[in-house]
Amino acid sequence: MTPSVLAGLVGAVLVGLGLYGLILHPHPLRKLLAFNLIGSGVFLIFGIVARRGAGAGLRFDPVPQAMVITGIVVAFAASALAVALILRLSAETSRVTLDPDARKSRNGEDAK
Amino acid sequence: MSLLPYLDIGLAVLIVAVAIWTIAAPDLFAAVVGYVAYGLLLAFVWIRLYAPDVALTEAAVGGGVTGVVLITAGKRLGALKNIAPEVQPGLPFKILTGVLAALVASAVCGAILMLPEPPPSLAPEAAAAASGAGAGLGNPITAVLMSYRSFDTMLEKIVLILAVIGVWSVSTDKAWGGAPPPFRQPKPYAPMVFLAQLLAPVGILIGIHIFWTGANAPGGAFQGGALLAAMWMITMMARLLEPPRVDAQWLRLALVAGPAVFLITGLTGEFVAGSFFAYPPSLAKPIILFIEAFMLLSIAAALPMLVAGPPSERPDQ
Repeated sequence: MTPSVLAGLVGAVLVGLGLYGLILHPHPLRKLLAFNLIGSGVFLIFGIVARRGAGAGLRFDPVPQAMVITGIVVAFAASALAVALILRLSAETSRVTLDPDARKSRNGEDAK
Repeated sequence: MSLLPYLDIGLAVLIVAVAIWTIAAPDLFAAVVGYVAYGLLLAFVWIRLYAPDVALTEAAVGGGVTGVVLITAGKRLGALKNIAPEVQPGLPFKILTGVLAALVASAVCGAILMLPEPPPSLAPEAAAAASGAGAGLGNPITAVLMSYRSFDTMLEKIVLILAVIGVWSVSTDKAWGGAPPPFRQPKPYAPMVFLAQLLAPVGILIGIHIFWTGANAPGGAFQGGALLAAMWMITMMARLLEPPRVDAQWLRLALVAGPAVFLITGLTGEFVAGSFFAYPPSLAKPIILFIEAFMLLSIAAALPMLVAGPPSERPDQ
């Protein structure tokens, strides 16, 4: 098994693991972390596509690699925005959760 | 018989194990520490895929800066009172999710094992870009980012600015225009101050070097900018510097400088070189380095602002 196929399989496992964490974790920051795992798995798959596309005297196809570099930076920007939203939501509702029912019951108590 | 295949398998097992840890860790802090280690291990895989540029970006941005954001966020959440107890999902739901995740992972595995032969490739076009419109660039990745796909790279800079605007706009009305809350240490902490004083000058030098060398060797504005951003964050964590007010003129100029210079140069290409985002071949390398210098500035300003978060109401000064 070549290193690139192995890396691709690792990418596939990471997508699966990330999906599991994204669905199951109640904590929004843990969900975000799991989502980033999915993202890096997808990037790895881009990486093996780049490796397979070697040609023109290069050992890799530079286009998917360049896309992964922009992708990593954009993924970070999106994560930072998500963190800001999660923090504001928690400060507003005093609860660290994305569950709308938890908020509803609390607002009901407060007669808001 | 080389040792490398065994190292590859060991690395793969280690990455999957650390990934499992970030999902299964008992608390957020442990999970984030796992995630940072995971980012660094992933960088090794990128090197094995002949992608040192991606490895540098993954180690700096994917692992490092994302880890700082999540740890800072965890601290700020921990400071909130009345945190609701987390409701754990039931066992049947867990099994169902596990089956779904396994199905998706095996589908992706199947797709990887059945990739088309011969593999499609844009390498010839990229090589042409490196020797044509991006003349003088020895690093094909930089040639793709700055010449072949330059419009994408420009838009990506704009995404960074949009994210900063998004983070700032979740502040409360009263806090608008103020400074983000200080980083973790409540007051200067001697070892941290020492580390910042020792590391920052070296880090800034290495950051600029990585940017400069990026034209010909692995590196570039993203990787160099991320390193400069890290140095600014370290000095802010040591409380040698405070986060700037979000209405500071210089900060806003630094944020928009990269995309603005990129866009103006791209529009000028319409008249000088005959098409949008084209460079005259004889001047391609200096022009690309000129644009990248401003992109470096914008990245170095944007990443710490994304980590620092929205302006807070606390009057710190």
